Amino acid sequence: MVTAVTSMGRSGLYDWLMQRVTAVILLAYFLVVGFVLLGGVDYAAWKELYSQTWMRVFSLLALFSLGIHAWVGLWAVVTDYLTERLMGTTGNVLRLLVQVACAIIMFTYVVWGIQILWGF
Amino acid sequence: MLQVSIYRYNPETDAEPYMQDVQVDTGGKDLMVLDVLELIKAQDTTVTYRRSCREGVCGSDGVNMNGKNGLACITPLSETVRSNKLVLRPLPGLPVIRDLVVDMSMFYAQYEKVQPYLQNDTPAPAIERLQSPEDRAKLDGLYECILCACCSTSCPSFWWNPERFIGPAGLLQAYRFLADTRDTATEERLSRLDDPFSVFRCHGIQNCVNVCPKGLNPTRAIGHIRNMLLSRAT
Repeated sequence: MVTAVTSMGRSGLYDWLMQRVTAVILLAYFLVVGFVLLGGVDYAAWKELYSQTWMRVFSLLALFSLGIHAWVGLWAVVTDYLTERLMGTTGNVLRLLVQVACAIIMFTYVVWGIQILWGF
Repeated sequence: MLQVSIYRYNPETDAEPYMQDVQVDTGGKDLMVLDVLELIKAQDTTVTYRRSCREGVCGSDGVNMNGKNGLACITPLSETVRSNKLVLRPLPGLPVIRDLVVDMSMFYAQYEKVQPYLQNDTPAPAIERLQSPEDRAKLDGLYECILCACCSTSCPSFWWNPERFIGPAGLLQAYRFLADTRDTATEERLSRLDDPFSVFRCHGIQNCVNVCPKGLNPTRAIGHIRNMLLSRAT
């Protein structure tokens, strides 16, 4: 059994399931937003849409989903290409640095997103 | 004359690998790639490759032909040669011992991990463990693997994590025993696979299905393992 302390849920099955569930949420969100955009929007209609609680909750859900989805995906990418196997100890240091950077960026976007959704 | 470019590397004399161009007279016949290798060896006896049964049963002569893995003995030139050119390389991702011969230790280590033998903790019956024809049919498409390593060495996930990702060949065998009704170690087998690498490094790109000389489908077997893990955990 291979352990991995930096993966989303420490379990391959959990990560896999989360990636699929978040993908469905993101698809639903972008379909809804796309559908609204197709109908044509002006500032007033857009503000009206985003002042409704359900849209804010849905947007936040989509934002969380994006963070989780990106973490699982990027975790797989960095554990493929930034590894001890490919570049020695440098790989481990570089991978951890990139993971920390990803985590900070995602956290920032989520908090900023909450501020935007409830702040206007 | 067929233009063949063949990967050469002898660690005792060469600083690094190189490609050697060879002309081969096929006599206008649609030979198998292994026949071409034999003709090359007749010209230059130092060319090294593995072979044994020459009929696609032993799985010794897995090589990369014009960029695609396969068994040299059952791949006709007409299937792989384009513009009269044949490029022969060792299976990608494994250390080269010499010319087309690769060190399969990492591949076998993953195979060993899935404990590819029947495990049953109930008392052995007098004659044999019976299985219905329907249950036996579940093993079709799983047991035929000859361990040629064409699939695992065509898989990028195996290239990057050969110590942690079991690879398509190993996972096909893992499912062969998970699907066997005579095996009672299903739970233990599944818990050994439930980590972020062993199974879940498969992203379903199906290179394995594309190259398998026996026409097997490791991606589907991996999907079945995933479903078993999911129903066990939910």
